[in-house]
Amino acid sequence: MQSKGMRRSSLPAVLAAMALAVSACGAGGGSPGASKVVMISSQFVPTTEQEAMRTKVLADFKGTVEFIGADPGPFDSQIRAQEKAGKGDISLIGGLDGDFSAFAADGLLTDLSDVATSLADLGINKDYLKLGKLGTDKQLYIPWVQATYIMVARTEALNYLPAGADVKKLTWDQLTEWGANIKAKTGEPKLGFPAGELGLLHRFFQGYAYPAFTGGVNTTFTGDAANKMWAWMQKTWQYVNPQSTTYGFMQEPLQSGEVWVAWDHVARLIDALKDPKAFVAFPVPSGPKGKAFMPVIAGLAIPKTSSNVAGAKELIKYLLQPKTQAATLTSVSFFPVIGGGLAGDLSPGLKAEADAVAAQQSADDALPALLPVGLGGQGGAYNKVFKDAFQQIVIGGKDPATVLKSLVPTLQEVFTTSKAPCWLPDPPSQGPCQVQ
Amino acid sequence: MTSRLGWAPYALLLPSLLFFVVFFATPGVQAFALAFQAPDGTFGLASVQRMLGDAKFSGALTTTVALVILVIPIQLVLAMSMALVINSRLKGQGLWLYVYALPLGISELAAGIVWVSIFTQSGWLNSILLGIGVIDRPITWQSAETPWLLILCVVIAEAWRATSIIMIILVAGLQSIPREFLEAADVCGATTWQKTRRVVLPMLRPSLQVAVILRTIMAFQTFATVIALAGSGLNVLAGEAQRWATDINDEHVAAAYAGLILVLSLAGTVLFLVLLPTREEQQA
Repeated sequence: MQSKGMRRSSLPAVLAAMALAVSACGAGGGSPGASKVVMISSQFVPTTEQEAMRTKVLADFKGTVEFIGADPGPFDSQIRAQEKAGKGDISLIGGLDGDFSAFAADGLLTDLSDVATSLADLGINKDYLKLGKLGTDKQLYIPWVQATYIMVARTEALNYLPAGADVKKLTWDQLTEWGANIKAKTGEPKLGFPAGELGLLHRFFQGYAYPAFTGGVNTTFTGDAANKMWAWMQKTWQYVNPQSTTYGFMQEPLQSGEVWVAWDHVARLIDALKDPKAFVAFPVPSGPKGKAFMPVIAGLAIPKTSSNVAGAKELIKYLLQPKTQAATLTSVSFFPVIGGGLAGDLSPGLKAEADAVAAQQSADDALPALLPVGLGGQGGAYNKVFKDAFQQIVIGGKDPATVLKSLVPTLQEVFTTSKAPCWLPDPPSQGPCQVQ
Repeated sequence: MTSRLGWAPYALLLPSLLFFVVFFATPGVQAFALAFQAPDGTFGLASVQRMLGDAKFSGALTTTVALVILVIPIQLVLAMSMALVINSRLKGQGLWLYVYALPLGISELAAGIVWVSIFTQSGWLNSILLGIGVIDRPITWQSAETPWLLILCVVIAEAWRATSIIMIILVAGLQSIPREFLEAADVCGATTWQKTRRVVLPMLRPSLQVAVILRTIMAFQTFATVIALAGSGLNVLAGEAQRWATDINDEHVAAAYAGLILVLSLAGTVLFLVLLPTREEQQA
């Protein structure tokens, strides 16, 4: 009897052990190769993008690449930890212009002028190459890929455009009106923003809403123009699908029809645009100060502690080749930085995005707003200020002026700690940017 | 008895003690040290104050506590019924055990994503409700404007995901109750209710205590289900700890959150030790 009881009661224990074993799978790593290049990147962090980088973009490289996509915090701390240790595995860094300026300021990057020279015949965008010098005479990073944020709508939404409005030349107020029309006719709020955990809504405020309404970001953080922008967002939010706070990539709600008109990063809209009959891409609307938009320029740099400089340089050359740049475009939707234009046989989705981006950049009232520059490890704290402002003002319905005033000390601390000067479209500052 | 065993029991305890010290106690103390440090290394309350003063703190605390209070009674009742079904010697009881234990093999985030496909506007739930004509337009379950609905979604997903671990502990507990006790109760003419009340539940108390304590600790750490279902619409303590650690890059505030979770878990554990004392604890 005792033994029978034992046998029966061991079943749950076995099951529990199996469950633990299953959940423990997935840990573990690959074996190190002889000429392995470890590349850490603040871009292509979502799992699907990391997978595409490994299987499609990096697959044809002659050596072995270990690609690590890292969130801002771990990205910054791993590179700095390696610097502190004086040695480490990371041989190549893929990051944004703003990431590199902080690393360069602390002397972490090697001079890549020889690589730039050897790549001269590729016709890398000269302005971007200049950015890659970070104000020095050395090429501290090589421009890699570029992207930006645009608008996408389902074609049925075009029927509800405000009278006389041209979808390519909208204003933000017309977008509100458009959303109101859709809600009035369909009964549902169908504008959409990526306000979820993985969403990039903070970039909407930093590069689109703030500059378009106030002409700046940090030097115009408070004040009448800023209050007007937030009041506009509060008003618009009643026409925004309330499930937006769970959206990471807007292509999914656009495809399911939960959202009809959305703003997001080109790489996060491309799946919807694969069906050109159902979706249209168009430039972002303009505000009182212009059509603000945020160009995203990613580059490649080699840390001074790189354990495989030769391999890293080979990998840079590989990533800039026309074939690799085309593969990057088709698999993760980041656009090339090399000359020669885009290949003629672009898929309809990429063609639609490329047209919208071109229209945005060449608009009469175009107002480029840079990604944060020089914040280093404070990048996340900077984004939190805008996310918190959104939570309190738009979701919580609080008075913009009061909330913004309460956030000024936190925002100023970001600049004081990082010593970052103001960036465009804010006027340049002597020393850390001063929040106003 | 003790003298005959000598040092052997202590030697046998040593590996687990070492494991505890290296992997739990040391990082625990380090986390507290981090929490009471400012980013510049000076000791003080700056990081704790920063946590308390954060706009998301009170929301995260209330949501976490609300989840614990809602989820545990629901899971206890469900797990008890499931355990009784398995223990009832019905036909195919083995099959039920496997069916009930399935969610155990699914990670928290994967479970959250499965439930997103159910609760999202164009998801399964709305499709079924629309299909049978109960509603005429999709209901938004996951909106930050209706936080109680969001919490309900998370409670349902959590109940589905983590009830089986309680059930397994209770099944083990039920099966360890000697048959003789129940037979003796039968001989004395006890009814089913009397047997449950006077024999099964008292003898199940140690298992119940373990199950409730384990689940409380897990509930204070709930994280991925909330992220998947509620996004930025709902904050919990573990989620904030993660944000401060990886997004904001401030390990001190993250450690303050982790410390708070530890303190709350300890408080919950003590509460259940007092509320559900086992025979040994009652005698002690």
